[in-house]
Amino acid sequence: MQTVSLEQSVAMIPDGASLMIGGFMAVGTPERLIDEIVRQNKRHLTVIANDTAVPGRGIGKLIAAKLAKKAVVSHIGLNPETQRQMLAGELEVELVPQGTLIESIRAGGYGLGGVLTPTGLGTPVEEGKQKVEVKGKTYLLEPALRADFALVQAFLADYLGNLSYALTARNFNPVIAMAGDTVIVSADNIVPTGVISPDHVMTPAPVVDYLVSNS
Amino acid sequence: MEPQVVIARRIAKELSNGMLVNLGIGIPTLVANHLPAGMHVFFQSENGLIGTGSPPEEGMTHPALTDAGGRPVTALPGASTFDSAMSFGLIRGGHVDLTVLGGLQVDQEGHLANWVIPGKMVPGMGGAMDLVTGAKRVIAAMQHTAKGAAKLVKKCKLPITSLRKIDMVVTELAVISFRSGRATLLETAPGVTTAQVVAATEAELVIPDKVAVMAL
Repeated sequence: MQTVSLEQSVAMIPDGASLMIGGFMAVGTPERLIDEIVRQNKRHLTVIANDTAVPGRGIGKLIAAKLAKKAVVSHIGLNPETQRQMLAGELEVELVPQGTLIESIRAGGYGLGGVLTPTGLGTPVEEGKQKVEVKGKTYLLEPALRADFALVQAFLADYLGNLSYALTARNFNPVIAMAGDTVIVSADNIVPTGVISPDHVMTPAPVVDYLVSNS
Repeated sequence: MEPQVVIARRIAKELSNGMLVNLGIGIPTLVANHLPAGMHVFFQSENGLIGTGSPPEEGMTHPALTDAGGRPVTALPGASTFDSAMSFGLIRGGHVDLTVLGGLQVDQEGHLANWVIPGKMVPGMGGAMDLVTGAKRVIAAMQHTAKGAAKLVKKCKLPITSLRKIDMVVTELAVISFRSGRATLLETAPGVTTAQVVAATEAELVIPDKVAVMAL
């Protein structure tokens, strides 16, 4: 794990990169990483996240700045700008059931090829997808998801990069931390190693590549 | 009584001690307000919380304690938090005893459509497809008609949410069960006749000899 400045952390991200971003309606989203991506004007991004939040918050800022070419999300209902860009053909939106999305990401991070789920059968979600029968039950085969970068927001990060999360800000964060080729972490609090007790570490340090410094 | 209060109060009678319950947004959220005194139910928010409580007093909100709509909530004693993979493991894995969701259409076999109106409203399915597919019991909470048009239909014209058939629909007029595989009128609201329910319903209803009055 390496500690980097906010500017350095985002400078690593090339135009056209795929990003998994933590957060649920902007709760648990690394806001300062988002702000820096907007400032550095990273373009043609593929965003994989639960939702696109609301205008002016979290991923909503990336959408408003037109930095995303594709969004793989479960919900866009509270961001009219996402819907507008989708209907205007400016933004490709792939809507995925939330449980399928997070489990596909989990599979990607856990070395699996995909997920067998009953969710989406008989709906537009099944279009173009393989069906698999196991013990007489039919499932959709949903391929695993990975991304070039995972942008994670933690509550606590220690000097080694062990992470813990707070309340409902956990959501996608520990799962995407396993599924990004490069994992960049922003933390509410950076604390000395040992402050997070081993039982309360939710993401172990070796998974983290970069911790964004406070300064 | 307001239609949504009738619906919420009737559905609250389906809750019992110790259940794990997931309430959708809109009318379903109101069900929590009508929990009988002394009953302990675990409410799940699919963003990663069991033990969701009412909104905090002003000035007491926590930015990282929210419900699935991003609104500030409290966590009741005994609450637990977890990541989204576990949250949907609880949902898809059959650990959620009951989910109550809004509905756009329900057909006479019990298929629910509640996530999209193609070309008009495309919010995304969020957790709805997983909830309908995986919860042990699914109840739709909705007004009986929309702008005069029946929402209980022969066949859903809108894309369905899941192949899994729901268990029950509660409207301000009636309680309709799908347990027998066909839409069956179980109860009518106080002052509402069977004929009125039938007139407001496109789906073919099975009408038993005795239809109870909704206890509220």
